[in-house]
Amino acid sequence: MAKYLLLKHYRGAPEAVNPVPMDQWSPQEIQDHILYMADFATRLEGTGEYVDGQALAPEGTFVRYDGEGRPPVTDGPFAETKDLIAGWMVIDVDSYERALELAGELSAAPGAGGEPIHEWLELRPFLGHPPTVTE
Amino acid sequence: MSRAGVVDEALLRELTPAVIGVLVRRGADFATAEDAVQEALVQATVTWPDRRPADPKGWLVTVAWRKFLDAHRSEVSRREREQRVEAEPPPGPAASADDTLRLFFLCAHPSLTPTSAAALTLRAVGGLTTAQIAQAYLVPEATMAQRISRAKRTVAGVRFDQPGDPATVRRVLYLVFNEGYTGDVDLAAEAIRLTRQLASRAYAEETAGLLALMLLHHARRPARTRPDGSLVPLAEQDRSRWDTSLIAEGVAVLQAALGRDRLGEFQAQAAIAALHADAPRAEETDWVQIVGWYDELLRLTASPVVALNRAIAVGEADGPAAGLAALAAVDPGLPRYSAASAYLHEKAGDLPTAARLYADAARSAPNLAERHHLTRQAARIGQVLRG
Repeated sequence: MAKYLLLKHYRGAPEAVNPVPMDQWSPQEIQDHILYMADFATRLEGTGEYVDGQALAPEGTFVRYDGEGRPPVTDGPFAETKDLIAGWMVIDVDSYERALELAGELSAAPGAGGEPIHEWLELRPFLGHPPTVTE
Repeated sequence: MSRAGVVDEALLRELTPAVIGVLVRRGADFATAEDAVQEALVQATVTWPDRRPADPKGWLVTVAWRKFLDAHRSEVSRREREQRVEAEPPPGPAASADDTLRLFFLCAHPSLTPTSAAALTLRAVGGLTTAQIAQAYLVPEATMAQRISRAKRTVAGVRFDQPGDPATVRRVLYLVFNEGYTGDVDLAAEAIRLTRQLASRAYAEETAGLLALMLLHHARRPARTRPDGSLVPLAEQDRSRWDTSLIAEGVAVLQAALGRDRLGEFQAQAAIAALHADAPRAEETDWVQIVGWYDELLRLTASPVVALNRAIAVGEADGPAAGLAALAAVDPGLPRYSAASAYLHEKAGDLPTAARLYADAARSAPNLAERHHLTRQAARIGQVLRG
């Protein structure tokens, strides 16, 4: 098994095919989208491939150390330029192909007009543990 | 002995603080005693389904004491000391004093952070296992185990018989209640059980107020979410699904407390919840009285969050213009400010502003359920505007 991170972006990913923002959908379209997402996670739990999923607030701050005895420096939020992660899902699957397949399904979540959003999701493999058998 | 089939978890949780108290009175230190009782609880869940002891408390005391001795033996290297401890347990002070109450104070000790105090209270007073507490707070079990053992080290020097401050215990229980329901452990129900215990052992008007507040909010739970998990706002809840026996109890507890004329913030909050509970339909809500209670709350706490909620109540009592005027005095940076403003603008008939503010509010919502709810509000108004 191998773990993959599926990243959803508020900003920073290429534009989706169906990019109408959510607050311009109809209430029913919103409902259908939420149900699709919930069903997807439930189904992955059922297949034993779901690990974790979380959503992030859009606001964030960069922070760095500023030397002994000084408070950390903060900067931002960089409202217009920063790549903004909206949330993630971690899956544990048999193969890269399976990870691609699942990311594709998640990207097909319905949006405006009930049509798939075709949203770009970022798929990132975890760095795993060194194997026991090396020869 | 009787066959029980499943372990009576409620009984185990009920007995936990008393059993810890017995061990401490026999001379065990709190941290080791608490560990020993936790191990005994785990053993009970394994063996009781086959053979439930006739005297569950006696069984737990015996097993926990044995675990304590084992732990003590492994710590003490010299046989001499071992023998001294293994002799008849020292009688300790008379067991008449209330061990559970003392545990409440110890677990909510001001030297602990609120998070640690909540975890320790759930384990030592609530009798939950570390795994259950970890699951309820969505953290790994090892993390929760560390949090609890650090908390125990922090209070290691506190004397068990010191009197404590019920206000700190109330704050911890309020925090636990607000975590609600995330796993197979119902933290809201657990907080109510513990607050009941606290109120019955050391009555205080504010403890009663907290209990009433919890009961009145818990009563609405069946109506608060749809089967798909989405939020139903108070005004749209199916009030026939509110739990009338919890409401009746909450109102009675609150009236008894208010009758003693020592008002505090929990009583005032409970009074607001009671007025909502009293309205058979949302339109029949007595908003004028609710505003009066918000005025009391503001006087007691000077909290900006209270000022925000008061503005909405004013909007219901005196119309949206008055509500927006009250809102103008509130810090716009507060969480849920945009949502309150959106609501009042919609009532005032300014739909484009309301739609924009609902969309803003959705972006800054502190959880997904609220975000979805606010996005739907924006969408609903957007649909009207597009005709």
